[in-house]
Amino acid sequence: MKLKEIAELLKCEILIGEAYLEREVKFAFGSDLMSDVLAYTEEDTVLLTGLCNNQVIRTAEMLDLKSVVFVRGKKPSEDIIEMAKEDDMLLMCTDYSLYAASGILYSHGLEGTEI
Amino acid sequence: MYRLQRDESDLAMMKAFEVSNEDFSSAGTASSKIKKILRQIGMDAGVIRRIAIATYEAEINVAIHSNGGHIEVYIKSDKVDIYVEDTGPGIADINLAMQKGYSTATKEIRELGFGAGMGLPNMEKCCDDFYIESVVDEYTAIKMTFNL
Ligand SMILES: Nc1ncnc2c1ncn2[C@@H]1O[C@H](COP(=O)(O)OP(=O)(O)O)[C@@H](O)[C@H]1O
Ligand SMILES: [Mg+2]
Repeated sequence: MKLKEIAELLKCEILIGEAYLEREVKFAFGSDLMSDVLAYTEEDTVLLTGLCNNQVIRTAEMLDLKSVVFVRGKKPSEDIIEMAKEDDMLLMCTDYSLYAASGILYSHGLEGTEI
Repeated sequence: MYRLQRDESDLAMMKAFEVSNEDFSSAGTASSKIKKILRQIGMDAGVIRRIAIATYEAEINVAIHSNGGHIEVYIKSDKVDIYVEDTGPGIADINLAMQKGYSTATKEIRELGFGAGMGLPNMEKCCDDFYIESVVDEYTAIKMTFNL
């Protein structure tokens, strides 16, 4: 699924990386626990999380993830957004909860990672 | 302080990084630098990813569970050895600590996104050879080897 479609479905506000909206992802993973993300996420995955600190960006960086959706209306601070810029990431936020956002994407055909 | 014997045979490059336990938000800095170095060398992306994940989990552990330590990366022609050593409380029961989901992390740590008890098992899974030793109230030392 194109990141652009994800942005539209979740009515996202783009925080940084608008240029990357044409990128595709194969899977999505949703969690507020970064160790779970680190243990179960494959490449080409969009990360959905309600955690809003710089370790989210670090985690994405380590996994070569290029896109993060912050849920529940959470918005990271400027220095966190700056970090994401260095790694060419697309950051966006949605007012939907993690559950609702996941449901919307899943029902439109975006699958989860195999555990 | 050095806890584990270093294997310097066939060494091409060595890099050392301090890891502080004082500022959680800076945890991951060393792993980020290590990842950039490996990328510059032109190492296979899959191996880099495994090294990055394991090193990052190890660095987070030093930051949240110990009193501080260091990470040393030994790059060789056919493998990368990573040593992670800290001073601190150590681990009383390593077999228990290695189990998925076992964690002594506080609620505060979990609110920061860690403390799922997945770090050590994931480190072991990511590397080709995993060694850990620890003495309670003294130190924890880990060596991870990644074959190229
Ligand atoms: N460097 C360390 N120093 C002291 N204790 C540690 C260290 N690393 C891990 N531990 C212990 O092992 C447990 C499991 O570690 P880990 O699998 O990384 O999970 P988590 O960090 O999420 O708790 C920790 O909760 C802690 O009790
Ligand atoms: Mg851990």
